[in-house]
Amino acid sequence: MASRLFAAPSPHIHGGESTRRIMGDVVLALLPALCVSTYVLGWRVLLTTAIAVAACVLFEYLIQRFMFKRSSTIGDLSAVVTGILLAFNLPAGIPWWIIIIGALVAIGIGKMTFGGLGCNPFNPALTGRIFLLIAYPVQMTDWTTGIPDTVSGSTMLADVKAGVYGVSEIDFVAMLGGHMNGSLGEIGSFALILGGIYLLCRRVITWHIPVSILATMALFALCVAAGEGGDMLYKLPLFHILAGGALLGAIFMATDYSTSPMTHTGMLIYGVGIGLITMIIRLWGAYPEGMSFAIFIMNAATPLINKYCRPKRFGTK
Amino acid sequence: MRTFPIGGIHPSDNKKWSKDMAIEVMELPDEVAIPMIQHIGAPAIPIVAKGDKVLTGQLIAQASGFVSANIHSPISGTVKAVDIFPNGQGLHRQMIVITREGDEWVESIDRSKELKRECSLTPAEIIAKIKDAGVVGMGGATFPTHVKLSIPDGQKAEILIINGVECEPYLTSDYRTMLERGEELLTGVEILMRALRVERAVIGVENNKPDAVAHLRELIAKGNYRGIEVMALKTRYPQGGEKQLIAAITGRQVAPPPALPISVGAVVCNASTSVAVYEAVQKNKPLIERVVTITGKDIAHPSNYLLRFGVSFKSLIAKAGGLPEGDVKVLNGGPMMGRSVVAIDAPIIKGCSGVTIISGAEAERGKEQACIKCAKCVSVCPMGLEPYLLAKLARKQLWDRAEEHNTIDCIECGCCSYTCPSSLPLLDYIRIGKQTVMGNIRARAIKK
Repeated sequence: MASRLFAAPSPHIHGGESTRRIMGDVVLALLPALCVSTYVLGWRVLLTTAIAVAACVLFEYLIQRFMFKRSSTIGDLSAVVTGILLAFNLPAGIPWWIIIIGALVAIGIGKMTFGGLGCNPFNPALTGRIFLLIAYPVQMTDWTTGIPDTVSGSTMLADVKAGVYGVSEIDFVAMLGGHMNGSLGEIGSFALILGGIYLLCRRVITWHIPVSILATMALFALCVAAGEGGDMLYKLPLFHILAGGALLGAIFMATDYSTSPMTHTGMLIYGVGIGLITMIIRLWGAYPEGMSFAIFIMNAATPLINKYCRPKRFGTK
Repeated sequence: MRTFPIGGIHPSDNKKWSKDMAIEVMELPDEVAIPMIQHIGAPAIPIVAKGDKVLTGQLIAQASGFVSANIHSPISGTVKAVDIFPNGQGLHRQMIVITREGDEWVESIDRSKELKRECSLTPAEIIAKIKDAGVVGMGGATFPTHVKLSIPDGQKAEILIINGVECEPYLTSDYRTMLERGEELLTGVEILMRALRVERAVIGVENNKPDAVAHLRELIAKGNYRGIEVMALKTRYPQGGEKQLIAAITGRQVAPPPALPISVGAVVCNASTSVAVYEAVQKNKPLIERVVTITGKDIAHPSNYLLRFGVSFKSLIAKAGGLPEGDVKVLNGGPMMGRSVVAIDAPIIKGCSGVTIISGAEAERGKEQACIKCAKCVSVCPMGLEPYLLAKLARKQLWDRAEEHNTIDCIECGCCSYTCPSSLPLLDYIRIGKQTVMGNIRARAIKK
């Protein structure tokens, strides 16, 4: 074999980073939380997740092949991530057909309508969740269907809001381990944090979005708790960070690349916005949980944030 | 440890292949081709014709304007042709072809090995000698050194920065020069300081070359070189970029174009250029040779050669054991900013610090995918630009918007393309945008 010269412009080497590896890392980072949920809620968790992932991947494949007539993009694993995140936002025992409708809305309307990966203005999984929350409010807040041996009833956020019990009576250690009601993936707080640390170490995400969201929420809660004093000063902030979808949203949903700002300053503004809106909805809104709506609203603000938060040009003040 | 303020990447440096190979003198070629453009600026004008006899070091082409450089014959012999030939990139350039007969040098050149420290010339005399010797920046940009040293009225140099960073992966020619020709380098720095009337010079070296840092520091102490210090910098690409290096060492940022380094009181010269300055001023020796690294993972004998200009890429590659089999990319320079050589018969010239041979697999570009807006290109850009946006604007031919987003600030370091997880050829597009916008700016200036 002889040698054959070829030419191309610089740079001539690549760092080896790929979309597939990034998405693979996100899937890996979500696994601990999936394990905790399965342990706490049982095998239905795996079934729900499997249906969501399969439906998302299938819909993306079909739309790419038969509507766009382009080669399939499912190899980049982004539909898998959407599927897992969608499942994480559903009650574990939700009927299978609702999952499939959610997947269709997430991939079909949330993602492919805008041209596919990287073009969607709203987080696809969230689009699916919010659609289901409005279309099937009963099923979406029923935490018991099909799951034996689990505590019935509503989420802690709802209970606290309704005054069933107070924040001071909550066992935070049990919360960290996953013993609370809620969507499938949001209950394993400790596992979610672990996944977040993994993503930070792999440089898939930076600290800016999760930290600004959680810090804003904690600070907001602290201000509210200031009136009551005592151990509420740390319990209320802790409660709001651990309860509901705060960690799942801050670490995995709000950090979605195409729907979040490009610069660090932009990310901080975006994160503070999400934190504020979440707390306003949680404390004074009609819903007990506000994370999804907050992220959705700030997704809409992202293009504007990008326009005004440019990186600092070298050599300028 | 200091480094530049924003962006940057850490590609594996791959210097191990050639870093421990001492500089070897390459045997003289039988024939050389000398292009009239080996520098930024106007091409030099040949002053010899076919059939003329020339000596080694004899002026064969004259600078044609202020920003231009003289060119000297690297060998002695007869001029065979003055004609148009393709250069390494395949561009047609005027060249003087000389066939060698022996190695007769111009008499005024001092070829002795001993170090000549004393210099009592005035700044103007030093700059004149550098200009006569055709010295240009040897880090790759090939800006004529005498132009750099001629400080415009109303501005003042405060610090001389010597670029010994060699942040480009694979290349080791500056590193070997610092290790083996340290005293000449330091004397060159003294001369440059004298020409610029500055009291302070800093040699910037990345901390992946601790032996070069230690060696130069030892020579400075031993030889009592006053006002010169060696600063170890945190290894990060593209630290060797002029603006990045100034920011790393002084903490000051040169304003966006058209501002020049002198606006923050800095003048930057490459380490090998400093040796060339020493030889030009103290030994009357024009720039006719340099150290060139030949390297690559699949090369049999990677090394560093002192070679005369006009030697072909092919003969240097042959020296190192020939091209490996299969698909290969021959690079004039390193893998981040080097240029693909398409004609390996073409000559090696002043700006070539190394020839890197990269296999097809190593250089393979991934399949382009959609931009996922991960913002990694934004975070690695050392100029604070938005590469994804500049590439998109160039692709859509929205030149005015590309100009608004400062596309001409781009230094073409390639960090964005290197980092992109979607394998987008960001820099390819940005380059097109930058060239078009610069053309538009020039056209507007002419209209006015």
